[in-house]
Amino acid sequence: MSHSLIMFLLFIAITLGITYWASKRSAGANAYFAAGRQIKGWQNGIAVAGDYMSAASFLGIAGIIAFQGYDGFMFSVGWLVAYLTVLLVVAEPLRNAGKYTMADVLAYRLHPRPVRAMASLSTLIVSTFYMIAQMVGAGALVALLLKDSGISYQTAVIGVGILMIVYVVFGGMLATTWVQIVKAILLMGGTILLSILVLGHFGFSFSNFFNAIANVSFHDKTGQLVTKDFLTPGLRFKPPYGALDLISLGVALIFGTAGLPHILVRFYTVPDARTARNSVVWAMVLIGAFYIMTTFLGFGAATIVGPDFIKTHGGTNMSAPLLAQALAGNLFFAFISAIAFATILAVVAGLTISASTSFAHDFWTNVIHRGTERKPGEEVRVARVAAFVVGAAAITVAIVLGPTANVAFLVALAFAVAASANFPVIVLSIFWRRFNTAGAVTGLTVGLLSSLALIVISPSFMGIDPPTVSAAARHLIQAKPIFPLENPGIISVPFSFLAAIVATLMSKEPTAEEKFNELLVRSNTGLGAEKATAH
Amino acid sequence: MAEPTEAAKQAQMGSTQWDRIANSRKFQDLMATKKMFIVPAFVFFVVYYFALPVLVGYAPNFMATRVWGVVNIAYLFALSQFFVAWIIAALYVRAANDFDRLSKDIIEDSENGGGK
Repeated sequence: MSHSLIMFLLFIAITLGITYWASKRSAGANAYFAAGRQIKGWQNGIAVAGDYMSAASFLGIAGIIAFQGYDGFMFSVGWLVAYLTVLLVVAEPLRNAGKYTMADVLAYRLHPRPVRAMASLSTLIVSTFYMIAQMVGAGALVALLLKDSGISYQTAVIGVGILMIVYVVFGGMLATTWVQIVKAILLMGGTILLSILVLGHFGFSFSNFFNAIANVSFHDKTGQLVTKDFLTPGLRFKPPYGALDLISLGVALIFGTAGLPHILVRFYTVPDARTARNSVVWAMVLIGAFYIMTTFLGFGAATIVGPDFIKTHGGTNMSAPLLAQALAGNLFFAFISAIAFATILAVVAGLTISASTSFAHDFWTNVIHRGTERKPGEEVRVARVAAFVVGAAAITVAIVLGPTANVAFLVALAFAVAASANFPVIVLSIFWRRFNTAGAVTGLTVGLLSSLALIVISPSFMGIDPPTVSAAARHLIQAKPIFPLENPGIISVPFSFLAAIVATLMSKEPTAEEKFNELLVRSNTGLGAEKATAH
Repeated sequence: MAEPTEAAKQAQMGSTQWDRIANSRKFQDLMATKKMFIVPAFVFFVVYYFALPVLVGYAPNFMATRVWGVVNIAYLFALSQFFVAWIIAALYVRAANDFDRLSKDIIEDSENGGGK
């Protein structure tokens, strides 16, 4: 399997080259945090797609569809449609009225310190949880793919972590953007090739393909050979709570995406709101095409490789690479594996830069030092240190948790927190004149705490495992779940909106209302918006 | 670390100027034009999207009805979501050209009125 190693090294070499090139162009805060706001619409669109199509979607979704058929495809649908919220509601106002982070818009007419402190905390929580999930996945994947080269889980995690730190610390937003672009193009290319090969396997006949999907045989939990129609819903979301869980997942996806900090910061890298809008459309074309093709990846793996074989050869996450191996041999397996590796690296880099930007800009400069930079360049220096600390922390946690840790809930948590904490306050501060600091702080706090609490008492955290389950993969609390849904969105999103509205109505803040016209004009017209840095 | 351009502009325009723009007919037109597209588009896509999990969850037999070979309503409805999302995005980009035109007008007015 040395092919894999060669392709991994090739990708690392290319991205380090990009980082070196970007490091010479990353002087100054605008350049470091926002790539000088000179990224073109199509470039940012590809980068948004790259940021979004994580290992969870490439490897995870193929696996979920390969094992749970249609219900897995429901994730694909939500992941694309969510961009309509980004397009219609947040992208342009954010670009028009903000500078580097989501909190810029929230703090605009409210008391900046409490609002930024909470928004920064929420950003750090979403980003680090998401990152840890990716790192654990990355370590397990790299160790599995490169096991013949003698690379262990620990080495893999440290390697991925160091690379992501290097991209962000030295190359800033510019390097991160181009790493995303390279990765997104590789991912699209690999997915298209794989889809063509799957169709070719069925003689380019859709009816042969769908007939195979309708008759997938595998051994179920009790060891019995069963044949299921994978196009029929119900393999994952089962009664009595399946229907509600499905709707709750929808709420988290549709509103959570518009609150994901690492996606939102991307809109500051383009020259103006019009370009931000075009970049969302570019992203939607790529993301939509990709998730439609998950039909071929997931159902292809189910029909050509089969759930039984995947289960004994690395598990659900290996569905796409195993499909590549079955269709075109070891070299293609190595290529698809390298793409998965690139995907993880690029996503963790995107998460690191959004976390460190928020720490430096929101917390350090604006909360601790009340908006004044004591020395020129301090904000960027703090961000570089923060990127290093965030990266080192993620490496440590991922190693402590180990490769078999049950971390899937961390991604669900990231979306739930984004939807419940970030989305309501962004919407209310842009659209509601009466909204004030008390409402924003309450909304952020309630959204954060309610989604955390509901996840802790949900089936992702609680469950009774049979003794055969390994220690690391066990549920953290061995008891019957108190909250029956895996996703808290259906409760926590309305709850947080309500809390923000009630807290607002209970207090008066005339300055927030007075400044609303300014925010309204700025966010809708782009008057006085941050300009691209001239060369 | 406010940029000089922004600081200069801030000084130039007191809060009264923002209020004046916000209350101007042109700005009201812009907001009305935006609302006319964005509100129905948002409501439509949210309803269309949530129809999928609701139907899959509460009308599984109907959704499992096969309409083309083995392909059922559930899969076709899910697939249609992609195309509906793309169509709404395309319509929004077209409508947004009007928003840009109106915004540009407002920005030019404010620069001519408030500039030196």
